[in-house]
Amino acid sequence: MSTPTADVVVTGLGATTPLGGDVASTWEALLAGRSGVSRITDDWAKDFSAQLVARLSTEPADVLDRVRIRRLDRSQQVAVIAAEEAWRDAAGADSGVAPERIAVVFGTGIGGAVTLLDQDDILEAKGPKRVSPFTIPMLMPNGPAAAVGLAVGAKAGVHAPVSACASGAEAIRWGLDLLRLGRADMVVVGGTEACVHPLPMAGFSAMRAMSTRNDEPQRASRPFDKGRDGFVLGEGAAALVLERADAAKARGARIHARLAGAGGTADGYDLVAPHPEGEGAGRAIAAAIRDAGLTPADIGHVNAHATSTPIGDTAEASAIHDAIGDHTLVTATKSQTGHLLGAAGALESVFSILALREQIVPATANLDDPDDNAAVQALDIVRREPRKATFSAALNDSFGFGGHNMALVFTTA
Amino acid sequence: MPSTADIQAGLAEILEEVAGVAPADATPEKSFTDDLDVDSLSMVEIATAVEDKFGVAIPDDELANIKTVGDAMSFIEKNQG
Repeated sequence: MSTPTADVVVTGLGATTPLGGDVASTWEALLAGRSGVSRITDDWAKDFSAQLVARLSTEPADVLDRVRIRRLDRSQQVAVIAAEEAWRDAAGADSGVAPERIAVVFGTGIGGAVTLLDQDDILEAKGPKRVSPFTIPMLMPNGPAAAVGLAVGAKAGVHAPVSACASGAEAIRWGLDLLRLGRADMVVVGGTEACVHPLPMAGFSAMRAMSTRNDEPQRASRPFDKGRDGFVLGEGAAALVLERADAAKARGARIHARLAGAGGTADGYDLVAPHPEGEGAGRAIAAAIRDAGLTPADIGHVNAHATSTPIGDTAEASAIHDAIGDHTLVTATKSQTGHLLGAAGALESVFSILALREQIVPATANLDDPDDNAAVQALDIVRREPRKATFSAALNDSFGFGGHNMALVFTTA
Repeated sequence: MPSTADIQAGLAEILEEVAGVAPADATPEKSFTDDLDVDSLSMVEIATAVEDKFGVAIPDDELANIKTVGDAMSFIEKNQG
């Protein structure tokens, strides 16, 4: 069966992250090598083995009106902030596209867990009558997508892929499919996460997935480095506006990049652990390159998922090495942003697009001593400072607990 | 016992906090849903806040009859202990 094809482009970008309250400030901080990671000073964290977090640089309450802050979970708040920036960037409101042709695909890994836990505290302390009537719309995993749908007036459909840390990338893939299938003319896609709370932190810690380098917060997230010991939880959201190239050109929209192809696979190996050689990840990468009509030699840059866990980074390095080769310039931006879980794929797609547009690859921070793994050694991982380069295609990959693998290919406009 | 003016001011404060209604708009003739854009979930929050502030209990069937700011003021006046 052949896949329907249509040229799809990115006409809007938005983000609110540990590095900045919008795309421009985030990108500037990324290239400047700044870290968004800090140590949690709250009392509850004292007994935690992992005490690091990458919090938002800009509080949502400083951006959104009080009523929306009250009615939306933090994961919804940041989703709306990022989506509204992307929508403005795309001049979506002036596009003339009917609401019935506008769709939203917005993913989250954890969703409204903080609302669930806070309202449970209220239930225990004060009884059921005191539980907020907004509890359910705030905690449901489609809540961020629904809030974004309202913000941009989308009536073609609102969808919420949930695939852990691949959710943001999966949302972008769904958006591409909707446009190729003609089910919408404009799609706001992205991912969001805001689950800094003792329970998720304790859960990830119990999995031994988080860095415990508590005394050196800014050096804790160190993808591909020998001394890496886990990820740092981050919060934030990122969004893109997608449309078909012919329509975007006809309305005179500014085109950031083409979304040339996407690939997705499942490991079928373990519920949590990645396949050690990144077999499923490699298939997703290869599928995305094929879908884009390119060859591995065309991929000049990879924004790696690389979360700084001991197992994940080497499996991914093998996948990138096997599916693409060692000519591509790899970076791991979680070294500065922390791991935004369900927002990661969306944020790193924004970074891939900006890298492509500006022909510069951000550096991987804290990569002092690359792992001995043969693939890590063979790959050209950009470190110490950003590197200028000439390339016409960039790939972003994302993987999630559950064995979800996603890859996206962007090309110059 | 708070005066009618106190009740209106207290209600206006709640409406601003919960639903972003400008205090000047919280006048007795205003309908919560038609004029002030207060949705059904926000009405539940407003009822809880009214119970706390004025020490009244608002049963669900009574809440359904409170359509305007004036209805809420009368209910509070009648039911305060």
